[in-house]
Amino acid sequence: MLLIACPYCGEERPELEFRHAGEAHVARPDPIAEIDDAAFEAFFFLRDNPKGLIWERWRHVHGCGRFFNAVRDTVSDRFITTYKAGEVRREVVRDDEGGYQLKGEER
Amino acid sequence: MRNYSIFALAREALRGHRGWEQQWRSPEPKSRYDVIIIGGGGHGLGTAYYLAKEHGVRNIAVLEKGWLGGGNTGRNTTIIRSNYLYDESAALYDHAVKLWEGLAQELNYNVMYSPRGVMMLAHNVHDVQVFQRHIHANRLNGVDNEWLTPEEAKAYCPPLNIARNARYPVMGAALQRRGGTARHDAVAWGYARAASALGVDIIENCAVTGIRRGSNGAVEGVDTGRGFIAANKVGVVAAGHSSVLMEMAGVRMPLESYPLQALVSEPVKPVFPCVVMSNTVHAYISQSDKGELVIGAGTDQYTSYSQTGGLPVLTHTLDAICEMFPAFSRMRMLRSWGGIVDVTPDRSPILSKTPVAGLYVNCGWGTGGFKATPGSAHVFAHTIAQDAPHPINAPFNLERFRTGRLIDEAAAAAVAH
Ligand SMILES: Cc1cc2nc3c(=O)[nH]c(=O)nc-3n(C[C@H](O)[C@H](O)[C@H](O)COP(=O)(O)OP(=O)(O)OC[C@H]3O[C@@H](n4cnc5c(N)ncnc54)[C@H](O)[C@@H]3O)c2cc1C
Repeated sequence: MLLIACPYCGEERPELEFRHAGEAHVARPDPIAEIDDAAFEAFFFLRDNPKGLIWERWRHVHGCGRFFNAVRDTVSDRFITTYKAGEVRREVVRDDEGGYQLKGEER
Repeated sequence: MRNYSIFALAREALRGHRGWEQQWRSPEPKSRYDVIIIGGGGHGLGTAYYLAKEHGVRNIAVLEKGWLGGGNTGRNTTIIRSNYLYDESAALYDHAVKLWEGLAQELNYNVMYSPRGVMMLAHNVHDVQVFQRHIHANRLNGVDNEWLTPEEAKAYCPPLNIARNARYPVMGAALQRRGGTARHDAVAWGYARAASALGVDIIENCAVTGIRRGSNGAVEGVDTGRGFIAANKVGVVAAGHSSVLMEMAGVRMPLESYPLQALVSEPVKPVFPCVVMSNTVHAYISQSDKGELVIGAGTDQYTSYSQTGGLPVLTHTLDAICEMFPAFSRMRMLRSWGGIVDVTPDRSPILSKTPVAGLYVNCGWGTGGFKATPGSAHVFAHTIAQDAPHPINAPFNLERFRTGRLIDEAAAAAVAH
């Protein structure tokens, strides 16, 4: 089971308290009624599905109830970081040992 | 290829089994093929077989990064059925069931197709209504499916608990008698052996790392761990890794990859005569010919390529199994494993040409593509050979996510099927 750090509760909690909520940073086109079919397809159906880092949303349904963002490695399922909804996308860099570090916070 | 038969078995028994030959050749890759299939699961190997057998294409390679059937083909719970709701799905899956019926003879390989019946349990009023709707839709499409009362369900599957005070009461069931199981590995091996005999090069331990496109945008070949291999037609049949491969050709896919788990018990004497599925409580069970109970769980909630899933998913499934079959609560589980399944937004597969000339894709089978293996391979071979879809797979195109003509089996099942 994954352990997930909720950025609102400030605590690492078991996955059972959370719901996965799909790709993060997908902006709803505005005004949505005026987009063409290709933009509709991209917004509704096309998704990042990388073997490696994914930016995704989770919701702490059995905790504070809030949505937040996470960066996770889909091969090891390790979380690199979690951060609050609305914050800018966190960039990540690979370190010499093959792990990941937050950009600007490399050790 | 030397035929398998009772006489071959007798001959080899007398000769100490020294005369069996390798089932398929392991050639060095050539520098160019007419068609390259990426992915040595049942769907990819079957595609190569039908390309050679029915379309006269002889210069074909199947490139597999690991070993044959090491993907979802060798990891699934082998449930076969065709009682899907929509006309398009019924046509596709029933095409497969019809091919399953003759597959062992066709391939001269015992794929152990066993139409022992697939029974889907209804636990609440919603289930009853949905299944009855399925039954009517199926019968209009000529697909067998019938309604059973709880007592009839119990008669068909004696271990079932139909007590009225059960935690998940059984209010009836839908039974497809032609549904059942088959031996998963044998499907990959049987297609590989028959394809190899028709001249198909099957190349294991050969991961594709790039798909090259020429200045006109069309496919030119693939980069692999064993060098560049040229081909003007490439078929991607890579299940959970389909997005990764399509990305190599610059095509973004409507797919998300999730872990899906299964487990088997210690082997016991025959106790379980059919396949039972409960979509509502997420439990799928049958008994293999070795005697193990084969139990399928749901997907994890998050996307992943880890090929393992979380323990809560398995415990949830076993809770449900023990409620419905109290007799199994003392059984010990031997092994559990995961596969990575590629899920589309409408839970229907994609068997299609792509925006890239010469590139074809067969993916999106998600949690339920084993049952479709022969049918999928058959129509996909047609799509590649003719550069146009077979009428059966025409609706399962990639454009449907743009045109909106979805085949929404998600609403019909929404869970592992
Ligand atoms: C636990 C579980 C239970 C299931 N239960 C059922 C069931 O009961 N009934 C049912 O109908 N379906 C079921 N399924 C789904 C079913 O297994 C799949 O839909 C089906 O087997 C897919 O077959 P395939 O040939 O397309 O894929 P696979 O068998 O996965 O083959 C794809 C191949 O592509 C290879 N590959 C990937 N990347 C590369 C690369 N870069 N280069 C070269 N090769 C590559 C992989 O190694 C793999 O061997 C289940 C799946 C799982 C995981």
